[in-house]
Amino acid sequence: MTDALAPERAAARHRSLWLDVWLQFRTHRGALVGVVVFGLIVVGVLFGPLIHDVDPQYLDYKSKNQGMSWAHPMGTDNLGRDMFAQVLAGGRTSLAVGVTAMALSLTLGTFVGVMAGFFRPLEGPLMRFTDLFLALPILPLLLVIIMLFRDPLRTAFGPEIGIFILIVFVIGITSWMQTARIVRGEVLAIKEREFVLAARSIGTRPHRIILRHLFPNVLSPIMVSATLGVAQAIITESALSFLGLGFPSDFPTWGRLLYDGVPFLNLTPDRVIWPGLAISLTVLSVNYMGDGLRDALDPRIRGR
Amino acid sequence: MTPDASSSALLEVEDLKTHFPILAGIFRRQVGIVKAVDGISFTLKRGETLGLVGESGCGKSTAGRTILRLQDATAGRVRLDGEDLLALEGEALRRVRPRMQMVFQDPHASLNPRMTVSSIVSEPLDEHNLLAGAERQERVEQLLESVGLDPTFSNRYPHEFSGGQRQRIGIARALALNPDFIVCDEPIAALDVSIQAQVVNLLEDLQEQRTLTYLFISHDLGMIRHIANRVAVMYLGRIVELAPRDVLYASPLHPYTQALLSAVPIPDPKVEATRSHIVLRGDLPSPANPPLGCNFSTRCPVATSICREAEPEWRETEPGRFVACHHVTVGNGARGPDLQPPVGAATGTDGASPSVPTA
Repeated sequence: MTDALAPERAAARHRSLWLDVWLQFRTHRGALVGVVVFGLIVVGVLFGPLIHDVDPQYLDYKSKNQGMSWAHPMGTDNLGRDMFAQVLAGGRTSLAVGVTAMALSLTLGTFVGVMAGFFRPLEGPLMRFTDLFLALPILPLLLVIIMLFRDPLRTAFGPEIGIFILIVFVIGITSWMQTARIVRGEVLAIKEREFVLAARSIGTRPHRIILRHLFPNVLSPIMVSATLGVAQAIITESALSFLGLGFPSDFPTWGRLLYDGVPFLNLTPDRVIWPGLAISLTVLSVNYMGDGLRDALDPRIRGR
Repeated sequence: MTPDASSSALLEVEDLKTHFPILAGIFRRQVGIVKAVDGISFTLKRGETLGLVGESGCGKSTAGRTILRLQDATAGRVRLDGEDLLALEGEALRRVRPRMQMVFQDPHASLNPRMTVSSIVSEPLDEHNLLAGAERQERVEQLLESVGLDPTFSNRYPHEFSGGQRQRIGIARALALNPDFIVCDEPIAALDVSIQAQVVNLLEDLQEQRTLTYLFISHDLGMIRHIANRVAVMYLGRIVELAPRDVLYASPLHPYTQALLSAVPIPDPKVEATRSHIVLRGDLPSPANPPLGCNFSTRCPVATSICREAEPEWRETEPGRFVACHHVTVGNGARGPDLQPPVGAATGTDGASPSVPTA
């Protein structure tokens, strides 16, 4: 090595993987917009109530069914509650449910998929188990779970946290099957590639093969599942609330606000538009972020 | 490069068999067996290169993988320095693995696309907890330099390299643990001809520097002639002939070897125009349903009734020279059966050495 090359070598060595990922992520315009929008939503939902400090549950009959104004930026509902305050409060719950339920379903689905794909003897039992869950009628199952566990959880963790745990759990265990199937298929294909054989010939232990060789290569489909999963979880939570199985009616979530607003669509369309817009923007920004992240994590795309 | 005659055997393979069950029906009952490797035996001395040739599907790669315990053997013994590899399990097997490594055929599939070159080459070191930090990085750079790659590339990804460079990365990975024995599973088949010579020369240089022992699997007879000390010819899961390179290329005994060698073109249009080839008829029989008697009897130009009834014995016709054929006479000056039409230059009967292209 000549001396002229030495600084270049040092520079090359310090280039880290995450810096590369970030540099590529930055070139994806949609992903950047997604990050900004999602960041605004999260910051707004967390710190908005400190600025717009109207109690979302305060009933003000004198100003019901109002349109947009400085006092009520998103209008009021038929009981005179401030919509903006409700959307902000509902966002906390909806985002928390969406992200946690997605994480749970993704973890479960990836775990089952990798196990079924990598360990041959487990494939039959695990995939039949997945089929079993796909074949279960979800609605009766939800009814039974909620009837059985709502009260014990409420007494153990308090009404709100108890219901939160229950809903996240219910959404998580009823939505992991698609991920499991996709991941299993990918793992089956990748574990036959020669680099996995090379790892075995080195003496790499199975858990290291999974973490180092299989997992990074199945990341793309997992990312796609994840972004769709957030949207799915927010919408499922809305449906549950609508059926009276979710959060209590005085506890706002985006889905709840949307359903409550539907009968008043002719009178005050804002009541549907604002929570609907919040859900759409969240889902869209998460989707774009996932897209950008997937590209950034693939070194073949990163080079371009 | 010729191994010392007194050096002991590094690897002994004895009657190795790898059979795959054919499962069918809803209950996955076994309805048959594919005999991919069906009783092969050979020994490898330290520093030697054994070429394993044969047509596609004859079990060359399966044999290599079984020896490295990447595939479960059905029967037989594989001894590395006297230690039976097939009896090892778990942690004990993991401790032997550094001594034997593999170079793969497809350099596009054998490197993880999501790992940098440096993490690919240092993976074996990581797995066996050898070196750390700056020392490991230094070792990786040494390895890359020893295979002729610029160490500044260690932060790059496999897709940024050409096929030949990727194969070098694969070789660097195989060398990381200082192995004694490397199975080269058609390491040049996926490369351009100009690159093939570079990679083979690199393998030879490394062998000289590090006293490596190679099992070189290939279907390229010219390349085998260039690199191997001894050559084993495989057909349908069995070795039909095993002999020192020069002897085998000069006077092949088994009719299959004769046919294989006659298929190698000679880079002289005049010779090539007059030379007669032995063209085998038919296809390789299914290893799930091999013919009775000699495996080669269905396509052999000199097969007689005994070939279809009795399996030929694996005999040593001369010291170091083995063949499995009923029609080969044993003793000094062993002769293979005369084939019709005559084999001509390729058999080397006229004393002229056939000029087989070597890289």
